[in-house]
Amino acid sequence: MNKKFGIKEVVAMGIGTALFVVLTNVQIPLGFIPNTALQTRAAVLAFFTAVFGPIVGAVIGFAGHALGDAVFYGSVWWSWVVPEAVFAIIVGIFSKKYAIKEGEFGTKQIIIFNVVQVIANAVAWIIVAPVLDILIYAEPRNKVFVQGVSAFVANIIVVGVLGTILAVAYSKVGAKSSSLQKED
Amino acid sequence: MSRILTYEEKNTWIHGLSGVTKFLFFLVWSIVSMLTYDTRVLAVMLLLSFVIFKVSKTSWKQVGTVFKFILLFLVLNLLAVFLFSPNQGTAIYGTRTVLVPLVGRYSITKEQLFYEFNIMLKYFTVIPAVLMFIVTTNPSEFAASLNKVGVSYKISYAIAIALRYVPDVQSDFTKIKHAQEARGIEMSKKASLMERIKNMSAILFPLIFSSMDRIDVVSNAMELRGFGKNKRRTWYAGKKLTGKDYAVMIATVLFAVAALVITFYDGNRFYNPFQ
Repeated sequence: MNKKFGIKEVVAMGIGTALFVVLTNVQIPLGFIPNTALQTRAAVLAFFTAVFGPIVGAVIGFAGHALGDAVFYGSVWWSWVVPEAVFAIIVGIFSKKYAIKEGEFGTKQIIIFNVVQVIANAVAWIIVAPVLDILIYAEPRNKVFVQGVSAFVANIIVVGVLGTILAVAYSKVGAKSSSLQKED
Repeated sequence: MSRILTYEEKNTWIHGLSGVTKFLFFLVWSIVSMLTYDTRVLAVMLLLSFVIFKVSKTSWKQVGTVFKFILLFLVLNLLAVFLFSPNQGTAIYGTRTVLVPLVGRYSITKEQLFYEFNIMLKYFTVIPAVLMFIVTTNPSEFAASLNKVGVSYKISYAIAIALRYVPDVQSDFTKIKHAQEARGIEMSKKASLMERIKNMSAILFPLIFSSMDRIDVVSNAMELRGFGKNKRRTWYAGKKLTGKDYAVMIATVLFAVAALVITFYDGNRFYNPFQ
């Protein structure tokens, strides 16, 4: 059995995607800007990716976004599905550094996690999404960049707040790998 | 009316097709409608979509709510395009025929209307394909057929699990939400933004941690049954590709090639009636 891609990863992909789909419709309305909302699913994606790595994350992001859009909105906006996977891959590459499962998600890891998520969100929503919108759908430039930037801002808030708290809480539940102490 | 699209067992020609065939159709169909801005191609696709819709005996009750939602989305998008770029049509088609002069650069031109009409057509051609795929494809059968055509069975199984657990996670979510609301947690606009994020985490935390538990339970069960031990596995819901599957696949690919040739014949993807 390939250790890197075991049963747990397969199940995590499945359940993570299901979670992501369900949370498609769970948004926190920002209130002051119409039609923008904080997507709670972004935090879930970041969390699952941080715990299970880039492949699991990319599948959750890609399949979850496509499926969630399909069942809730009846159409799939491919130019926004791809960035979701891009985001997951970037966050996931550094998943070893966060050490969430090892129970060592402390201040240093929180900083790394948040720096990476801001960069990943920027690449995904300010570069990849608008460019694909222009290439695939020939939409007006300024419109897609305004949309991209607002998605970027909303997502860094969600991932930064909810994603970080989730990781901290889950890290505390798991056992610390260095928690054993030598008896005197 | 169901608020979310789900598979429904029916006995039609389309239900009888393999999940892979429908998936291929859905992919090719949405790629073509993504690429083309050719009004003629889009119109033909729209017509075909309606035929498919009729043949699959999809009822309004199954898709009505979602459809209304899409319309709202579409209108918002069309308005946004006009707001941000009222002269996109002129830029694309090269001419400018003002119909209704408004303030400043915001005039309604024939070209802009035509451009936005094309965006609308694009929306309408994709929708039936997506709806059709979701309501006529049995999830277990789909996962099995994905493996049959060469997708690794671990990925197929992950997709099967995802489709299988969406309703379960959904019901978990509703239960937790009701429980937290009974404890007096405010989720509406009355609470401030920070307050709302905090309250949302009161739902999210139990949901995600119960899901993490579920991952452990399910993967232990699968391990006990020897999942992943052999290179191949058999499927309960698997279906062999039949003659009509191949016929549909070939027709789909031929259609896509023809549509793209017509679209790009004159050098770009727009059909220009103004010159």
